[in-house]
Amino acid sequence: MPLRPSRANVGRRQAANHLFTVLAILSTVLVIAPLFAILVYLLFQGVRSLNLAFFTHLPRPVGEPGGGMANSIVGSGIILGLASLLGIPVGIGAGIYLHEYGGGKTLANAIRFTADVLNGVPSIVMGIAAYSLIVVPQKHFSAFAAGVALAIMMVPTVTRTTEEMLATVPNAVREAALGLGIPKWRTVITVSLKTASPGIITGCMLAFARVAGETAPLLFTAFGNQFWPTSLNEPIAALPLQIFVYAVSPYDEWHRLAWAGALVLIVMIMVSVTLVRVVAGRGMLKGGH
Amino acid sequence: MGVGIEVEDLNAWYGQTHTLKGINLKIPANSATALIGPSGCGKSTFVRCLNRMHETNPVARAEGTVRVGDVDVYKDASPVEIRRRIGMVFQRPNPFPTMSIYDNVASGLKLNGFRNKRVLDEVVERSLRQAALWDEVKDHLKSKSGASLSGGQQQRLCIARAIAVDPEVLLMDEPASALDPVSTAKIEDLIFQLKDEYTIVIVTHNMQQAARVAEKTGFFLSGHLVEFDSTHKIFTNPSDKRTEDYITGRFG
Repeated sequence: MPLRPSRANVGRRQAANHLFTVLAILSTVLVIAPLFAILVYLLFQGVRSLNLAFFTHLPRPVGEPGGGMANSIVGSGIILGLASLLGIPVGIGAGIYLHEYGGGKTLANAIRFTADVLNGVPSIVMGIAAYSLIVVPQKHFSAFAAGVALAIMMVPTVTRTTEEMLATVPNAVREAALGLGIPKWRTVITVSLKTASPGIITGCMLAFARVAGETAPLLFTAFGNQFWPTSLNEPIAALPLQIFVYAVSPYDEWHRLAWAGALVLIVMIMVSVTLVRVVAGRGMLKGGH
Repeated sequence: MGVGIEVEDLNAWYGQTHTLKGINLKIPANSATALIGPSGCGKSTFVRCLNRMHETNPVARAEGTVRVGDVDVYKDASPVEIRRRIGMVFQRPNPFPTMSIYDNVASGLKLNGFRNKRVLDEVVERSLRQAALWDEVKDHLKSKSGASLSGGQQQRLCIARAIAVDPEVLLMDEPASALDPVSTAKIEDLIFQLKDEYTIVIVTHNMQQAARVAEKTGFFLSGHLVEFDSTHKIFTNPSDKRTEDYITGRFG
């Protein structure tokens, strides 16, 4: 067999190359198209029902026209803020332990396994867990319970991405810090974590976006509310809940509001993710990464 | 000012592998000492034992006595204190990629809680001047990342970072092996100037380099220190046959 490629051989390779390029593009379209369609439809349906009142008014009883989801928007903000405040530090802390301290220890492997399993647990189970751990003992639904349920759902993603991103930090950079006589904890925070931060931020944003749309865990925790939130210790309104309630109702007016709510929820997620990226990107230096 | 180093019966292991076998030597203060030998002979392990970097590897272990000045490295002090006094420059330039040039040089002081901005400014400038990098970077000290520099500049940045904390000893583990000849020459010039102020221990594969910069040279072979003497003696009239074989290129 001749070792140099023949003309036919080169032609075959080029054909195969083209074929794979086309297949890759086709798969991308196949994945993106439905998502795009949903987004466009949502935009179309949502914008029609959006008005200022949607952002400023409380929901109205059935039959009364108008009304908005102002309390749900604020409620979602509170719940997600609380979930991020609780979930992200714990997740990052666990990720740091796994990569910088755990090594091949049994405890680290157990945490890793738990995180992976936790990632696959249906979200309604998280709701029930928070319900039995917080709602039942306290004897009332609360924004706090909802925050905890969503925080637990954020932890596995944040933990695993933190661990994986820390693994991409070259050991030479760690050694440089240790070699300067910088204590290990300080090296971890200012060198390892900082170097890995773009990836870790992406992980946190993924976790945030994922729980932002969760409805099931909120059914048993936030419960919903028709009024403005006044305390973390009482039932609270949330966009996904309100969308759910309105969408399954038989009223056209409520259906329209549900569309608007879904659109607002998606825009809220997009805005917060973009905002975090912009803020995080501001400190970057020329020639860094 | 630099201080001398005394090593007595130093042994080191990686897991089950015995990589350093009963090393004894005295490294004089304010001079450059070169360590040569084939790959895997233990010379890198040896310098990493001097500032206790060896033990950052979880399976690594070391026994014996290392005295730097009047400090017993394995008895009197914590690894963190030791590494403050013994700077290290690694084989591959390893600036902190997220930090500016300024912050890279200041990192050793800043991350140990030092905050006086005026003093930091002075230290950064002096260290960069000592490392012969100041003129090349002074215009974008705080705007450019340490990783944006060329390989040779990065290595000089790492040297500036190491001397910014005013160590007594500077360990260099093949500092020029990843660099082109021009950058290598600059690093060697630097070693020449720095050895008045610091005790320098340099691991190198390049025997001409050892001959150019070092007063004393040690030859390592499979975990043993075969010969330790003045550089001139090692390269012209070694007392051990194995040293002679190595420097004349008969093996290794």
